[in-house]
Parts: sequence; structure tokens; C-alpha cells
Amino acid sequence: MPQYLISVWHDDTFEVDFSTPDTQRLAAQVDEFNTDLQRAGAWVFAAGLHPASSATVVRSSGGEVSMTDGPYAETKEQMGGFWIIEAADLDAALEWAGKAAAACEGPVEVRPAQG
Amino acid sequence: MTRELEEVFRREAGRCTATLIRVLGDIDLAEDAVAEAFTIAAERWPETGIPPNPGGWITTTARNRAFDRLRRESRRGERHLAAHRLHTDSMDPLHNPQLDRLDDFVDVVVDDQLRLMFLCAHPALAADAQVPLILRLLAGLETGEIARSFLVPEATMAQRIVRAKRKLHDNHASYRIPSAAELPDRLAAVLAAIYLVYTEGHTATSGQSLTRTDLSSEAIRLGRTLVELMPDEPEAIGLLALMLLSESRRLARSDPDGTMVRLADQDRSRWNQALIIEGHQLVRACLRRHQPGPFQVQAAIAAVHADAPTAEATDWSQITALYDQLYSLRPHPVVALNRSVAVAELHGPAKGLAALAAIDAGTLDTYQPYHAARADLLARAGRRDEALGAYDRAIELTTNAVERAFLVRQRSAL
Repeated sequence: MPQYLISVWHDDTFEVDFSTPDTQRLAAQVDEFNTDLQRAGAWVFAAGLHPASSATVVRSSGGEVSMTDGPYAETKEQMGGFWIIEAADLDAALEWAGKAAAACEGPVEVRPAQG
Repeated sequence: MTRELEEVFRREAGRCTATLIRVLGDIDLAEDAVAEAFTIAAERWPETGIPPNPGGWITTTARNRAFDRLRRESRRGERHLAAHRLHTDSMDPLHNPQLDRLDDFVDVVVDDQLRLMFLCAHPALAADAQVPLILRLLAGLETGEIARSFLVPEATMAQRIVRAKRKLHDNHASYRIPSAAELPDRLAAVLAAIYLVYTEGHTATSGQSLTRTDLSSEAIRLGRTLVELMPDEPEAIGLLALMLLSESRRLARSDPDGTMVRLADQDRSRWNQALIIEGHQLVRACLRRHQPGPFQVQAAIAAVHADAPTAEATDWSQITALYDQLYSLRPHPVVALNRSVAVAELHGPAKGLAALAAIDAGTLDTYQPYHAARADLLARAGRRDEALGAYDRAIELTTNAVERAFLVRQRSAL
């Protein structure tokens, strides 16, 4: 079955504080969404990410590996988390994405995996 | 023969492509197969005559050619092919002998066109790709023709179409009719895309000529097909009625020298009565269903205009009421703008300007018709200086040469 990446995008300067009611509401919504994915057999993997300022960019050139402080793309909006799901087709993936966007109260991007 | 063949092509290419996409599971393969079948037809039909069911002939020939090719290629890499197929309802041409019977084939043609409409107008595609895709796959237009219609280089249009097809492909888009739950949204996208084809033909967004008949008639053809396919969808009927009623005024919209003529100044004897009658019938048919929608209300507005033997006889109170209804269905500033114009006709330019002032002008600041309407109302209210400024802004914003000439003339008449 085709696999899709659903990624969550937000302003990376925003600090996650798990003690606020807003964050707790989001966490509960995302938990519920995850349970739905698992029950439907659509779940492959998912993770929330630390802020992009925690990222390191690693390059390999002529056998030399070098690294720099990240993130790779210096944009204001950064990927804050993602799911890998299995879905029968694009419309099924988009339906999950709609639920993901509602759960995390922000835009998500859907991309098909190759293969 | 060339003209007859062209006619068959216009009528059948979209239908044949729609069926071949389902059978082959691949848009490009289907397009190539249909093109090949028409090439064969161009060679054979001058001798044999046009077969009684030309669409069936093309579909069968295209299918046979494509199967031959698939069988040859499948020996090299069946798995590779399978991996690249569009997600269809498991119609495997290599292992489904039933597909060799033409009757089964033709039965499903109707649904195929609908599938293709929903695929082309998939909301995951950009609007500037949906419309070209519809014109290419459903109307059988060449990429070059589409590019000329939208005044972009052919390479740009080709890239846009290829990218859209690839997106559907890579995303495993299904070739199916949406379920009842999804249908309202998905149908709205199809209707909007067909209407875009129409408006693109009705007022060319740029260029020298005010209307491009080809695109308008393609849109009407698609609208008719959609009504045939979904006879119980009042909005589909509403869209067709709206297009027919707008089209009925096409000849009167410009002078012989190409100058634009406003609705109020049009020679109503040049309106196409056959289209008006058909439009009226459709408006009545959809209103009877009591499921009002934006296209039905717009068609009803067009029908009220068509009813008036002279501009002065227009029932503006009914039009204003219909705009109120339209605004409640679709609270968009452009609807509010049109409503203001109707209010001005009903209660005078001062009331119209007041209604205009109530709209959030920020959203319409780059919208040419807003400034043109405002200029006209200001002029009628005797506020000449402000009217001149509004005309300047409208002229600055228009990209259509005929529209520009009209605005310049209105301005200099002040």
C-alpha cells in the first residue's frame, strides 16, 4: 500500500510548554489521532521534533565529512513533527491529513513516498 | 473528411481518453493510444467511410494498440509497469478478457468521463493546472492551443500539464467518482473549473479580442456532459444555465469593430433567443428542486436580465434580492460589488455608492471591475473628479485591450 509523509509546519520560534492548557489540549488531540491511525492500520511511524535550532547539518564530500550548526533551510517555518502513514490512495491520505491538521491545529503537508 | 474527422475528434476524444485511462491505468498511455487511433482513422476513414459508432471504433482501436504495446513491453518489465499504474478499480487489461467485449466497454464510458472530471479538478492540483488538464484530456485540445488561450509559452504550459499529471501519478490518485460524503466539495471544484474555462473564453484575461469562442463552447460542451452525467445535481444544471444565458449575449457584447458594449447598451435583438429559452428552462428545472446554490442563483440573475425587453424594464428589485441570496450563500466581496451595482439601479447612484463603501475595499483594490463600477457610479452621482481617479485606476488594472478602450472612452466622455 502507498505510504505518505504528513508533516506539521509551524513558526519555529514558538516554545513548547507542556504545562499550558493549550499544549495539553493539542497533545490530547494528537494522541487520539494516533490511536485512530493505529486502529485503522494506517500507522507506520510518527514523531514530534525538537526545535530546528537543535539540528545539525552533515555533509560528505570526497570522503570528508563535515558538519555545521543547522537547520538546513533557514526558513521561519520549520517541520515540527511528522507521521508516516499507509493509505489506499491520495484521497484517503488527504482525509487523514485533514484530521492531522485539526488535531495539531496547524497546516500539514502531504507527500507520497516513492516505491 | 478532414472536417468530419475533426468533428469526431472534438466530440469523442475526451470520452475515449476517459475510458482508456481507466483501462490502461495511465494518463499518458491513454493519450498516446487515442492519438494513435485517430491517426489510423485519418488513414482509413477516407476509404471506408466513418464507422457507425466512431467513438467505439476509436476506443477499441486505441485499446487494441495499447494492449499490443503493453504486452510487448510487459515482457521486459511487467513489475515496473504495474508499479507505475494509476490506482484504478483493478481493471487489468492483461488479465481481463471481459474488456475485449466492446459492449461492456461502452457501458462504462459515461462514468469514465465523470471520473476524469473529478481527477482533473482534484483540489490537490492548482487551479492553473486543473483548467489546462481539463482542456487537454476532456476537450482534446493540444498543449499549444491551450498555451495560446492562456497567453503563456507552450513550454510553460507543457510543463504545467506534465507536472499535474505527475503529481496525480506519484500520489496514487484514484480514478473514481467521489463518495457521497466527499461529493459536494469535489463537485464544487469541478463546477468551478468548468466555469473558469468558460469565463476565460468569455472575457479573455488578456489579449486583443474580448471573447474566445472556442473556450466558451468547450466549457458549454463540458457543462452539457456534466448535466447528462449528473442529472440530479441542481448546481450542475445551474452552471449550464448560467453559461448558456451569458453566451446568449455574446454577439451583442461587442460592436462589429470589436468595441465592448455594456449590458445596458446592448442591442437586445442580437441576443440568441434559442440559448435564452434553453437557459430559462434549465433555471426553472433546477429551482424546482429547492436546493439553491451559487450557480443556480447566478443563472437566475442572468435569466432576469434576459427577461427584460429593454434595459429600463429590468426587474432590479428581483436582481437585488437574488444578489442578497447569493451573498448569503457565498459572502464574497465580488458578490457584494455586484449587489451594489443592482442597488444603484434600484435606488440611485448614492445608495449604490453607500453599498460599495460598506465593502472592505482592501480585498478589491486590485480588482478592475470594482474601480470601473465605482467610477460609473461616481460619474452618475455627479462626483466628476473622484470618477476620473477611479477610471484611472481601472484603466491601470485592465489587461484586456478591448476593455481598456471601453474604459478610456467612458473616462473621456466625462
